[in-house]
Amino acid sequence: MIRTEELLLNVGPQHPSTHGVFRIIVKLDGEVITEATPVMGYLHRGTEKLAENLNYTQIIPYTDRMDYVSAMTTNYVLCHAVETMMGLEVPERAEYMRLIVMELQRVASHLVWWGTYLLDIGAMSPFLFAFRDREIIINLFNELCGARLTYNYMRVGGVKWDAPPGWIEKVRDFIPYMEGKLDEYHRLVSGNEIFLARIKGIGKYDAQTAIDYGLSGANLRSTGVDWDLRKAKPYSLYSRFEFDVPLGKNGDCYDRYLIRLEEIRQSLRILKQAVEQFPSSGDVMGKVPRVIRPPAGELYVGIESPRGEIGCHIVSKGKAEPYRLKFRRPSFVNLQILPKLLVGETMTNLITILGGIDIVVGEVDC
Amino acid sequence: MSDEKEKELNRQEQAEAQPGEQEAEPKGEAPAAEPAAEAQPAEAAPSEPAAAAPAAEPTAKVSAAAPSEPAAAVDPEREAKLKAAAEARAARAAAKAAAESAENAEAAAVDPEREAKLKAAAEARAARAAAKAAAEGGDGGSGEAAAVDPEKEAKVKAAAEARAARAAAKAAAEGDAAPAEPKQPSPKQPQLDEAVALIRAQVGDDAIEEAYINELNGHLPTLVLKAERLLACAELLKTQESQDYSYLRNLSGVDYETHLETVYHLVSLKSGSDLALKVKADRENPQIPSVVSVWHTANWNEREVYDLLGIHFPGHPDLRRIMMPDDWVGYPLRKDYEPLDPEV
Amino acid sequence: MGAWLEETLTWGNALLFFLWGVILLAIVLGFVTYAIFFERKVIGWMQYRIGPNRVGPWGLLQSVADIAKLLIKEDTIPRKADRVLFILAPALAYVPAFAVLAVIPYTQNLYFADINVGLLYYVALSGISTIAIVLGGWASNNKYALLGGMRSAAQMISYEVPLVISVVGVIMMSGTLNLRSIADQQGDWFWQWNFIPQIIGFVVFVIAAVSELNRTPFDLPEAESELVAGYHVEYSGFRFAFFMLTEYVYVYAIAALTTVLFLGGWHAPFPFLTWVPGIIWFLLKFSFIVFFLFWIRATLPRIRVDQLMGLGWKVLLPVSILNVFLTAVYLELFVK
Repeated sequence: MIRTEELLLNVGPQHPSTHGVFRIIVKLDGEVITEATPVMGYLHRGTEKLAENLNYTQIIPYTDRMDYVSAMTTNYVLCHAVETMMGLEVPERAEYMRLIVMELQRVASHLVWWGTYLLDIGAMSPFLFAFRDREIIINLFNELCGARLTYNYMRVGGVKWDAPPGWIEKVRDFIPYMEGKLDEYHRLVSGNEIFLARIKGIGKYDAQTAIDYGLSGANLRSTGVDWDLRKAKPYSLYSRFEFDVPLGKNGDCYDRYLIRLEEIRQSLRILKQAVEQFPSSGDVMGKVPRVIRPPAGELYVGIESPRGEIGCHIVSKGKAEPYRLKFRRPSFVNLQILPKLLVGETMTNLITILGGIDIVVGEVDC
Repeated sequence: MSDEKEKELNRQEQAEAQPGEQEAEPKGEAPAAEPAAEAQPAEAAPSEPAAAAPAAEPTAKVSAAAPSEPAAAVDPEREAKLKAAAEARAARAAAKAAAESAENAEAAAVDPEREAKLKAAAEARAARAAAKAAAEGGDGGSGEAAAVDPEKEAKVKAAAEARAARAAAKAAAEGDAAPAEPKQPSPKQPQLDEAVALIRAQVGDDAIEEAYINELNGHLPTLVLKAERLLACAELLKTQESQDYSYLRNLSGVDYETHLETVYHLVSLKSGSDLALKVKADRENPQIPSVVSVWHTANWNEREVYDLLGIHFPGHPDLRRIMMPDDWVGYPLRKDYEPLDPEV
Repeated sequence: MGAWLEETLTWGNALLFFLWGVILLAIVLGFVTYAIFFERKVIGWMQYRIGPNRVGPWGLLQSVADIAKLLIKEDTIPRKADRVLFILAPALAYVPAFAVLAVIPYTQNLYFADINVGLLYYVALSGISTIAIVLGGWASNNKYALLGGMRSAAQMISYEVPLVISVVGVIMMSGTLNLRSIADQQGDWFWQWNFIPQIIGFVVFVIAAVSELNRTPFDLPEAESELVAGYHVEYSGFRFAFFMLTEYVYVYAIAALTTVLFLGGWHAPFPFLTWVPGIIWFLLKFSFIVFFLFWIRATLPRIRVDQLMGLGWKVLLPVSILNVFLTAVYLELFVK
């Protein structure tokens, strides 16, 4: 009696390519996936519930741990939301500091993505190259706030620490260095035949689907939808800078790859301008009441994190603690399209597609 | 006892971190323990936080300071506001200490179980909430009512009352806010009017419960919709050329204690205009139709809201828990959530 | 050595054979130890790292320490595994890997067995290791292992075909399957080595050989990022060491085979360099092949299963057959 059964395979929660404790239950027919069910929550820490008993400054460290690959942007979205609510004025120097660290963070985050994505695909060396260059940014942050990953750098009304002497110069030196390295990355990887064969045309979707699924960041722009919150709904000082929003055409992993690398270049462009314009003196902390107490009401703001739109929805009752704090996490929303993309793909493409979405599990689970 | 004092000190410091909610002072001697909530001018304390800080009393002496309370009770009436805040704080601390010791005594007498501390805290909270209601409503009568409350020692009811009081406070606050709104016509008013008119015409007059501009959020036009009409409105807002809200940015659920609410933040990728939708649901059997058929983004978001707030979304293709384990009991983001196993 | 094989088997001869075997084993183990060290160092340098540098001078004893660790590690066998096959698989993988080394000639005079069908012997025995890998994957009762084992079976069978056919050209040119004769017939100028006239066969052979070795970019049976560790995911300690050993012994074997078949074995690249002992030349060429394998490991991403199959059957096989055809035409027209 021969009986054919589908193979039920648990990919994760501990698996080298799920980038954390994330699990996908796949039904396999041979190596072809017939059904995929993502299971998450292994890293759910109840940040939103915890936040209801903390005052706003105390919540900032929690945001570090949400998207730990891009803690600066998560820092910013909370501070930005509270500042908008209270109508606080942030000193220019502080805003420049924020913008510089956010763009550096975007570069660092994309470097992590680039390295790990290639590691997923089986190329080992780019990972180490990417981390070597990311290390420079991490050291810059370390110099700034004494932490390498969870910075807790921003505060409502400004930033906690001013740039130490010589810091801006180091950022300035980093820009041409990174531009050179970016060219090297392209030479090293972007033309590799095996690599192209692995990612071209994989994980394809069209613009309509992307919008319907609420994708954001490179996932949305790879379909050609021109939607970058830095341009579409300018926050911080982004309206002062010249930069392009790289767009794709085909909505496949290859386009997402190119967009992310191009975003590094655009971030460097912004950084270059920001470093030039950086005010030589000034406060880094605005006039903020001792107890931060946004007026009663509610507010939603979204900013462009390296992974897409990260948003913060605050319901305040006029207290020092938020009544309800909800984060719109791009990784969580972007991940929704995964089951749809996986059907009919092989196990190998599971890794390619999942990596291409670029998730951080800390953010998925929040 | 010194432990408790230390805790009291902590709590007091926490309370000081949020001055100006209400100021309570005991009227009589310690055994009577009637912390009457005085309707202090709520704006006095926040304007003088710096001045108030140095006046922090060494709390070890709080109970000793209690007998001198009559003076404190008189002070706020005639002295400057600056001093009033400091005094009132001392008074409040004393009141709490008094209330607690009284509670301890009574609990020992009536209730052999030593849960006094917890209950005292609950009562203090109830008193504070009532006081706040009084302060915001500007109603002297309710202040007295609040003063009576702790006497009754309705321990189980304390939380419910606090909630009611808060709701009342909210109502009062809203009553205040309402007349202020028409002052400046919002730049987004036409957009709101257009959406309202469209929905009224296409879906029905009863679909919109309320339409207003959320000025805090950059004049965000906000519609409060009836749950049963949500799907039709959503469909209309997405497909209608002039609206084109094809992108659901965010979906949140909020527990307002009186009711539950979901909020949908929409944006049109073409025009860049924003819109927020809100739908209310009752707490007992919350049901809001799923919008997955309109915006697929809602899928996991609704699951998350279901998981954490317990709102059901009829029409959802796969409504399961998403963050918590499947066998979890309760909805953690609800305000009255008590973990089944407090150790977890 | 060949002469002893002719003699009747006595206790003395048997002991001698055994000692030779032990010596070869020691050499191979030494090679494996330092190949791993070398690989880690080379890849480390390519990735701006230092590589192992803690155990012993310059980290030379790192691999020794690793092996020692593996030997004293607990030997776990999953409860639901097929015990017999699970235990059998690593041994079954290793024995053919070691056995194929018998036919490799190092110099004109240094060799172990001079078999007329040496090449066939190599190909036939190395095929057995595939079975061991499938067995290991199956017996582990683990889905990743099973997938890895299946991939491995598909891959090794697919690539064995072009591997063998690509060598046919060399066999036709030399007219023998004896590895020593094949190496011997290549001349003292480097363009007389087989890799120039048999360039198509050489390229196909190298690609197929890398695939046979399950090394990057064809390391799908292990595929760290997809299948966690593939067929040996459940193995630990000594049994895992055996799989690793097999892998590196095959590296040794393939590097030696490539040297013999295509790179002129012990021949010097120029006649005026013949004063350098042949073994040196052999080792140099051999080391270059080994280095090449490590080099591509640090460079290339992994290929996908369907692409792997497509490459094997749709590209390598036709090309290798074409090579046979072209060689035949050449031999018919110019040599006869």
